[in-house]
Amino acid sequence: MASYTVIHEKAEAFYDTFERKAELQGQTHYCPGCGHGIVSKLLAQAIDELGVQDRTVLINPVGCSVFGYYYFDVGNVQVAHGRAPAAATAVKRSRPESIVIAYQGDGDLAAIGTAEIIHAANRGEPITVIFVNNGIYGMTGGQMAPTTPLGKKTATSPLGRDALNEGYPLHVCEMLNSLEAPVYIERVSLGNSKQIMHAAKAIKRAVENQVKGLGFSFVEVLSPCPTIWKMQPVEAKRFVQDEMAAIFGVSNLRDRSKEAQPRPAAAAAPALEDLPRLLDLVNGSGVEGAAAHPPQELDMRIKVAGFGGQGVLMLGEVLAEAGLEAGYEVSWLPSYGPEMRSGTSNCHVRLAHHAIDSPLVSRPNVLLALNEPSLRKFLPVVEEGGIVLYNGSEIPEDCVRSDVRMVALPFTQLADEVGATKVGNIVMLGALLEATGMLEQDRVVAALKRLVHPRFFELDLAALARGRQEFRGSAADDYLWGV
Amino acid sequence: MAVNGKPDRGLVEMNAEECKGCGLCVEACPPKVLHLAEALNHYGYHPAVYAGVGCTGCGICFFVCPEPGGIRVFRLDAVAAA
Ligand SMILES: Cc1ncc(C[n+]2csc(CCOP(=O)(O)OP(=O)(O)O)c2C)c(N)n1
Ligand code: SF4
Ligand code: SF4
Ligand code: SF4
Repeated sequence: MASYTVIHEKAEAFYDTFERKAELQGQTHYCPGCGHGIVSKLLAQAIDELGVQDRTVLINPVGCSVFGYYYFDVGNVQVAHGRAPAAATAVKRSRPESIVIAYQGDGDLAAIGTAEIIHAANRGEPITVIFVNNGIYGMTGGQMAPTTPLGKKTATSPLGRDALNEGYPLHVCEMLNSLEAPVYIERVSLGNSKQIMHAAKAIKRAVENQVKGLGFSFVEVLSPCPTIWKMQPVEAKRFVQDEMAAIFGVSNLRDRSKEAQPRPAAAAAPALEDLPRLLDLVNGSGVEGAAAHPPQELDMRIKVAGFGGQGVLMLGEVLAEAGLEAGYEVSWLPSYGPEMRSGTSNCHVRLAHHAIDSPLVSRPNVLLALNEPSLRKFLPVVEEGGIVLYNGSEIPEDCVRSDVRMVALPFTQLADEVGATKVGNIVMLGALLEATGMLEQDRVVAALKRLVHPRFFELDLAALARGRQEFRGSAADDYLWGV
Repeated sequence: MAVNGKPDRGLVEMNAEECKGCGLCVEACPPKVLHLAEALNHYGYHPAVYAGVGCTGCGICFFVCPEPGGIRVFRLDAVAAA
């Protein structure tokens, strides 16, 4: 009696039952004759043969193959449209021992995800990418893909793809082959049995390269989509063999798997405790010197506003940094337009002895207005009893409020006297400190030391002193306050 | 299955319930020993069936079939063949 042994059956890398639906748990959701089914099988086979099921992570795309995680019994991530190479990079870098396989369609990889694939390849990420090119958007009902053949009518090229209007079919392998880093790039096809058997080998090679620790490996698979192409499965397969293969070319573009050296493991990130030292944050009375407990009860909601270049953001930063030195909870939130210089700019700073709920300051109790438009804009929202410092010799008449403390001093001119226009913000800071006593001098000096270039440090100290002095000597104090 | 007393080199087991009747295996099988059934399966497709004789165990039908568990291919054991 003849006896027989199984030589091909459902791969171990597939689940026994697919629990997506209650019925027919052996079937995929793919249309009859869909190339995704074949590619999935070839991939599962490769995973089995290489014995890596336990450490494989499949990055599933958006597109018809979105449900890979219902079929593959491996680690699975399903990511936003086109982002598989970025997600694969993250998984591979954080778990270098895993075998990370990005599986993508042509809409996913070659349209919305063009940037991701190019840069992952250019970085030579040691991942495997399986790119299923069926020349169309399948899942969404047949819109043109970058890979759609010329002349083909689709939902979004109803007159047929015209090179002048929609460009030429994108040759992704050739684009990637212009990059230095990739190790393996091959375009295969599902057009006939021989091509399918060859595709099996290429897919296996692309996974095996990763198992060996080599770099970026990419396989493009020309694949039928009988449903959207409105063809019978056998006809669609012939279309792949005759048309798609002719348009794109079926060949190995690069195979450096023999000569490529395993990529060295990425250098470990520095330990968290080492960061302040590495970032040069521990000189002088650095972070470690910060007081554990805030010295007084405080809830400063500060709005600093002016035009770009006046040091608005810097002033806010010094306040926040000094607050941190003193042991307060702080937040600093810049808000500015696209201009690098000029344009308006403002920042929200909070210093409190308690936890800060929101970094947004919509009802300030301190307004530091470096120009008139800023005064006009923010004065109405200053809280009753708050303090306003204005960069000018006097408060414009129509801006006077008697329920807040208003101080007008020509900070810019004072700065000019100190030696540089740009330290006007620090002169203003000096006046604020003198007026409120909110922070001790040494905390502010430590903050300045850390934030400003050593060349300007002395100048800033002089500016700070000048601000304090002007405020003390100024009749501007309590400008109409309480009148 | 055997013809003229000589056992076939291969054997296939078609899973009629998982088959979607795409016909890719029928078209690809070199000795043409597969065909689509007249009857419909539970899903409403004409499933591929094996003629019962003539399989060479080449495995091609397995690779061209898009369904993970659509087909199992067996090969005649060497000892039995001897
Ligand atoms: C951010 C985002 N944009 C658009 C879509 C809609 N969308 C879903 S699938 C798809 C195209 C899929 O085409 P392809 O990658 O070729 O895969 P196929 O379905 O052909 O396998 C699009 C545009 C989406 N889901 N998310
Ligand atoms: S629409 Fe096309 S790509 Fe999507 S499952 Fe159907 S045949 Fe496959
Ligand atoms: S194993 Fe080969 S010969 Fe046998 S049914 Fe499949 S394709 Fe035909
Ligand atoms: S290839 Fe698979 S799904 Fe298609 S007819 Fe054959 S057994 Fe059925």
